Amino acid sequence: MAFTNKKVDILVAGVGGQGTILASDILAEVGLRCGYDVKKAEVHGMSQRGGAVESHIRWGEKVFSPQVEAGKADYLLGFEMLETARWTHFLALGGTVLINRHRIPPPSVNLGAAAYPSEEEIESVLGARAARVWWIDGTAIARKLGNQTVAGMVILGAFSKLLDQPGEVWTSVIADLVPEKFVELNLKAFGEGRGLPLPAQKKGGNICETSV
Amino acid sequence: MKKLMTGNEAFALGAYLSGIKAGAGYPGTPSTEILMNFARYPGVYAEWSTNEKVALDVGAGVAYAGGRALVTTKHVGLNVAADSLFYTSYTGFKGGLVIINADDPEMHSSQNEQDNRYYAKFAKVPMLEPADSQEALEFVRLAVEISEAFDTPVIVRTNTRLSHSKGVVEVPGRAEPDPGGGVLDGVERYERNIPKYVMVPGFARQRHPVVIDRLAKLAAYAEQSPINRIEPGSGKLGVISAGVAYQYAREVFPEAAFLKLGMVYPLPRDLIKGFAAMVERVVVVEELEPFIEEHVRLLGVPVTGKDVFSRTGELSPEKVRRSAAGAGLAEAPPEAAAAPSLPARPPMLCPGCAHRGIFYALQRVRAVVLGDIGCYTLGALPPLSAMHTCGCMGASIGVVHGVDLVGVKDRTVGVIGDSTFFHSGIPPLINVLYNRGVSTVIILDNRVTAMTGHQENPGTGRTLMKDPARKIDIEALVRGIGFEKVDVVDPYEFKEVVRVLKEHLDSDEPSVIVARYPCVLSVRERKEPFTVNLEACNQCGNCLRIGCSPISKVEGGVSIDPSLCNGCGFCAKVCPRGAITA
Repeated sequence: MAFTNKKVDILVAGVGGQGTILASDILAEVGLRCGYDVKKAEVHGMSQRGGAVESHIRWGEKVFSPQVEAGKADYLLGFEMLETARWTHFLALGGTVLINRHRIPPPSVNLGAAAYPSEEEIESVLGARAARVWWIDGTAIARKLGNQTVAGMVILGAFSKLLDQPGEVWTSVIADLVPEKFVELNLKAFGEGRGLPLPAQKKGGNICETSV
Repeated sequence: MKKLMTGNEAFALGAYLSGIKAGAGYPGTPSTEILMNFARYPGVYAEWSTNEKVALDVGAGVAYAGGRALVTTKHVGLNVAADSLFYTSYTGFKGGLVIINADDPEMHSSQNEQDNRYYAKFAKVPMLEPADSQEALEFVRLAVEISEAFDTPVIVRTNTRLSHSKGVVEVPGRAEPDPGGGVLDGVERYERNIPKYVMVPGFARQRHPVVIDRLAKLAAYAEQSPINRIEPGSGKLGVISAGVAYQYAREVFPEAAFLKLGMVYPLPRDLIKGFAAMVERVVVVEELEPFIEEHVRLLGVPVTGKDVFSRTGELSPEKVRRSAAGAGLAEAPPEAAAAPSLPARPPMLCPGCAHRGIFYALQRVRAVVLGDIGCYTLGALPPLSAMHTCGCMGASIGVVHGVDLVGVKDRTVGVIGDSTFFHSGIPPLINVLYNRGVSTVIILDNRVTAMTGHQENPGTGRTLMKDPARKIDIEALVRGIGFEKVDVVDPYEFKEVVRVLKEHLDSDEPSVIVARYPCVLSVRERKEPFTVNLEACNQCGNCLRIGCSPISKVEGGVSIDPSLCNGCGFCAKVCPRGAITA
């Protein structure tokens, strides 16, 4: 298969327990099935203890480093608002952000020692590098489906629209990687995301073509 | 068939395909999944040994008897196993023995970032270092060959990034293991050879020259081994690198020639000198210590290394590029932004974690807490802030004994988890009693090795192979040593915990408290979430001080996020107004 993107660097950010590792496994496998060389990196260990988690997924003709270089990620997929903003500096100038409208306050906010940034503040942090910021009510949509942990799958569904890989590749990978009894739910969430209308484009950005 | 595998999955497959039939290790991030994956292959045996030293002795025994053995450990685990590493270097084996050692640059989940390449040099054993998952698989197979050909243990070094990254692996179509593994296959391979295997001084003196001679042969092997390869490039810059650092360097120096080292000890002298002669300038890119760089310098080759690249932390493409650009070796990084300044999100004890009850009680009685390694080390972080030292596995009990020799004005206590207690807590506990100590030790028994992802241990009644096993009875063990003051508490019973704590800590008798409740994640225990009655809340802040992530400060009181709450109810027990209910 040949696709327009010679390389795709993706960063997935979230909080332990949000399913970032499953989502990044799916992203890596989709890349492999589409004929790319693929690497994926993340650090386990703290993921179950509410800490920040980030995964790097890289598709390319030949991928060396498993980590995306700061300032070069084409896409930032954020499952939680604060964690999305945290990785802004990894985004390439003109890159694209998909952000789940969902807050999980960190300890300092819980204790009243710090404030959780507003949507406007987060938008402005991201806007310093992103050509487009796509806000998605992933958690709300997932809740309607009966399980808010599939919010990440809604984000993946939306993300799949920005690339030219056929939808069947995504759904077959989800069916293969998700535990059997949750496949239907996850596919539903993915479909919800894929069905979302694309947001307006900021000047100068481009959906499918990424830097080479 | 092409498949995405983590480094750890690829190590396990490599071990299986090499005909290794027995594996031993102790869980430790980032090495844990190697043995967990290996244990799933047919016809193999794998065990969680009580600690890494035991694991290496078990591996040595397997290899003495003619089997092929795998031993896995994180970097600091090799400190525990170091005694065994040195004798096995002298004795060698009948079968092959491979130690997979996982370093942790950046200390993602460790207390230090020691560079274990020095162990290879120290113990005079060869070390291989793969750079991706494909090499992880292949290098284990090669390590078995080297081990058997040169009669030596072989260390394969990985790190957090390689172990936990996925890459494409070409999996052999017919994944049949090499037949030479030899555990329980009925073939007698054991040979009695006292001068080779009994390291009393007279025999060990004969073995040391053999080891030195072996090193020379391995160095000759390194010169022609295909895993040390030159990748041609421009004659201006020559980069020497190994492991994951090589991948970063390849991105930052696309035009350079490379000497990619798969064997990092012993290093190939002539190959390095020949490579240096091909290029105008030699750069060594390596994580942590200047291990390769020092060797290259000794050969009289001028080299750029740690004068430019960081000696601390994990490298990354960005770090390598920034350092290289600073020295005029590469283009400056793309217009980069600094990381935004935002509230941090450190890990904390999980909602529902039973350790919380003990640390909150320890905070309340103002105890000086000499701690240990595990999930419960998170008790040191605010708002609990109830652990005051933590160094390495098993240190807590010796340290509390030492502190008690001097004495401090507050109460003192050693705190250690169940798996850590089995690992290295028993000798120091005997020490307290034998040396007339007065210390109190709390054993946090959550019935699993939780930190590394819920592995079995001697208290769980199950082995790594999922076979039923005898549960080691901690109270019986402690009483058997001779402790007379031993109590068991439920950590959620706050008032009772405080009462027992005070009684033990104020007593001059050495004592043990076992705080027992299973890890709620491990047993998947989840009850109905608790809620706050804001009218009853007087905003005292007690519930915020237990450090439970679902509880947050809101206008006029606190609220509990029902999607995160585990329903343990500990917050309700510390609320003086009864404002929190199920």
